[in-house]
Amino acid sequence: MGRYVARRLLQLIPVFIGTTFLIYLLVWALPGDPFAGKCGERPCPESFVAVMREKFNMDDPLFIQYGKYLLNLLQGDFGETFSGTSVGTLISNAYPVTIRLALIALLFEALIGVIAGILTGLRGRGFMDNLVLVSTLFLIAIPTFVTGYLVQTVFGLQLGWIAPTVSGNASWGELLAPGFVLASVSMAYVARLTRTSIAENKRADFVRTAVAKGQPQHRVVGVHLLRNSAIPVVTFLGTDLGALMGGAIVTEGIFNINGIGGLVFRSIARQEGTTVTGVVVLLVIVYLVMNLLVDLLYAVLDPRIRYD
Amino acid sequence: MRAGRRTAFIALPTAAALLLTACGGGDNGGDSAADPNSEVTVFTTEPENPLIPGGTNETGGGRVVDTIFSMLVRYDNEDASSINEVAESIEADEDGRVFTITIKDDWKFHDGTDVTAQSFVDAWNWVAYAPNGALNASFFEKIEGYEDVHPADEGEEPTAETMSGLEVIDEHTFQVTLSAPFAIFPETLGYSAYAPLPEAFFEDQEAWEAEPIGNGPFQFVSRVPDQEIKLTRFEDYAGEQQPQIENLTYKVYQSLDAAYTAVVSNDLDVLDQIPVSALAGDAWKTDLEGRTLEVDLLLSYTLSFPLYDEVYEDVNLRRALSLAINREEMAEQIFFGNRLPAQSRVPAVLLDDPEGQCEYCDYDPERAKQLLAESGYTGDVGITYNSDGDHQQWVEAACNSIANTLEIGCNPEPVQTFNVQREIANAREFTTMYRTGWKADYPSIENFLTPLLRTGASSNDGDYSNPEVDAKLDEADQASSVEEATELYMEAERMINEDMPSIPVFDDKGQAGHSTRVENVHLNPLRTLDVLSLSLA
Repeated sequence: MGRYVARRLLQLIPVFIGTTFLIYLLVWALPGDPFAGKCGERPCPESFVAVMREKFNMDDPLFIQYGKYLLNLLQGDFGETFSGTSVGTLISNAYPVTIRLALIALLFEALIGVIAGILTGLRGRGFMDNLVLVSTLFLIAIPTFVTGYLVQTVFGLQLGWIAPTVSGNASWGELLAPGFVLASVSMAYVARLTRTSIAENKRADFVRTAVAKGQPQHRVVGVHLLRNSAIPVVTFLGTDLGALMGGAIVTEGIFNINGIGGLVFRSIARQEGTTVTGVVVLLVIVYLVMNLLVDLLYAVLDPRIRYD
Repeated sequence: MRAGRRTAFIALPTAAALLLTACGGGDNGGDSAADPNSEVTVFTTEPENPLIPGGTNETGGGRVVDTIFSMLVRYDNEDASSINEVAESIEADEDGRVFTITIKDDWKFHDGTDVTAQSFVDAWNWVAYAPNGALNASFFEKIEGYEDVHPADEGEEPTAETMSGLEVIDEHTFQVTLSAPFAIFPETLGYSAYAPLPEAFFEDQEAWEAEPIGNGPFQFVSRVPDQEIKLTRFEDYAGEQQPQIENLTYKVYQSLDAAYTAVVSNDLDVLDQIPVSALAGDAWKTDLEGRTLEVDLLLSYTLSFPLYDEVYEDVNLRRALSLAINREEMAEQIFFGNRLPAQSRVPAVLLDDPEGQCEYCDYDPERAKQLLAESGYTGDVGITYNSDGDHQQWVEAACNSIANTLEIGCNPEPVQTFNVQREIANAREFTTMYRTGWKADYPSIENFLTPLLRTGASSNDGDYSNPEVDAKLDEADQASSVEEATELYMEAERMINEDMPSIPVFDDKGQAGHSTRVENVHLNPLRTLDVLSLSLA
């Protein structure tokens, strides 16, 4: 087990270098010169372009540029944006907000999704089942920006229950509504995954045995059935955290949340390779760590799985 | 297996701890002592450059720079005429080549030091000096000695650090010598590139950039990138009109739509533009009833010809294409009247009478067909535009209008970004018409002509050249008064419009909204918010 974790952690290093390089390469390969459009319809002074290219090592060959970037990164220096703001500051402002938002969303989808899944999976074929099936289909079908604007207009502008836009501090309370919007699509997936998984395991041998032993219903469901049915759900939730963090750009835009989705979008538009790479590197680490955690959780959930 | 499961249980809380500690950092406590009601919030986007006046040219940073700096002149809210601000007087000599500028003697920077003639001269020299790489260096190209500090060729080293055309006479007077007469020079001095800089800037630029010090009505307090820039009233502000509000915070919004929602719900106080989604069907006028304003802007949208491409050499083809575009219908149907059909290439605000400036700027299908026949052109045409702005709809409509009227093919050709579009323009590689837009730097007809259409001018991307127009522009530059210059520039424009090197399509209108907490919200035709008259309701 310990060796397994160590091996997985060691694997992070090549993945880390590979992804940073790929991202750096992709931003570098974006069409257009980042300084061509910076002065509106007039060409920027050559002196300005020369100073900027020098400052951001843009005249070096790609590998040397990347090497210099990586060297700074290893010393904890994320570099600067074209406006002279430290990328480290941007990240430390945006990441906590994004993590709060993603955790709220994750909590919503886990709670509502799993409960809906259990209820329908156990009973099967009834009013409840149809209701959940139809409503999840509905949620999957409508894009986030529709849900977002709907929640904002109805609860924010018309009823006045929530602030329509989030303040700079983005506290937990303010992020509840955006978190719900962000969770809506995944929530539907979680409900369906749980339902299928429970329905499948309901007739498994170990459940029949537990029932035959005379165990009470809540123990059969809560300990035996649920735990064994959780694997696909946990896998989904684990990888979804990364998706919720990096993919919240629409929700962030609607509710004015200063998160990393918008940060990445704007930096790509400005072709600021350093910012894009810095933010995405941290996202990649979140993905990798979450994957490792999910794998470790398998062993907890299913005694048949072991790592050595 | 036992050990395995125990390790896994340890992993969970560790991960949770990691995530939770990451969440702690974001809560930077709210307002401390300041009364939240005295704070007025104004929309902005994240500045794309450091907040140095000579190094900022986009609106996000421009809004802040315009608030923390006062220039020699400012522009009137209504007609954008220039009014002396820091300047006591600006006197031209007989040729209109040497200007003596006297500044008022009670102006101070936010750090308490005096604003002197030297503050202006040093700042201008810094911006013009090539190795400093300032974005707005070219605004000083008319001053004598500019080539010495900023050689035209990239490889060349500057031979001087200061421009010979700038001379300090005494503490409050300096003299500017231009390399050629330029009658409207005083009109241009309200642009932020001409702001003064305090000594603190030259002593430690990095510290200054972290906490900019200017001479404007509001001083810098703090900044959270991508979030807000807090300013407060400068008590020693020497302007005639004192600011009415105490604290002004520029709030950075992730999207214009979010900012719009915020202003509708009274969460944001001033929003100086309205998203397209709210313009549709005039929704913004009902959402923001009683708290909207509109202003005609000095911003024009054009379709330019690559005159270096032989297809577009024929003037009759260019005129025919211009006559084939139904501007009024497009302005009404696409922009719901929020843009004005262009009557000339200079926005109507700047002209007393735009009528008769442009013979070929109306929609006239018959004449268009006739001119096309005269040109003998039978091929297709195209319009290139950047798809990262809101241009697709109107470019396609213009293309349809051309195709329907002239019965030739017209293809809208999107390129990915504005950067790509500019790269093609700089390399002179367009083979179709292309979308262009021009926002005035200073309110003068000259700004819509010389930089864009004079032979070899910095933004003359279509390589238009007409010696007679150049001569007329020269004549206007040398006029003895602004009025006379204006007349001559208008004459030059009429000559240019005969050649139709680019097709004027729209003049832009600016829309703005504000919360119920504030009143006296004014924008000038350059879309600059008047922070002095802005007050709490």
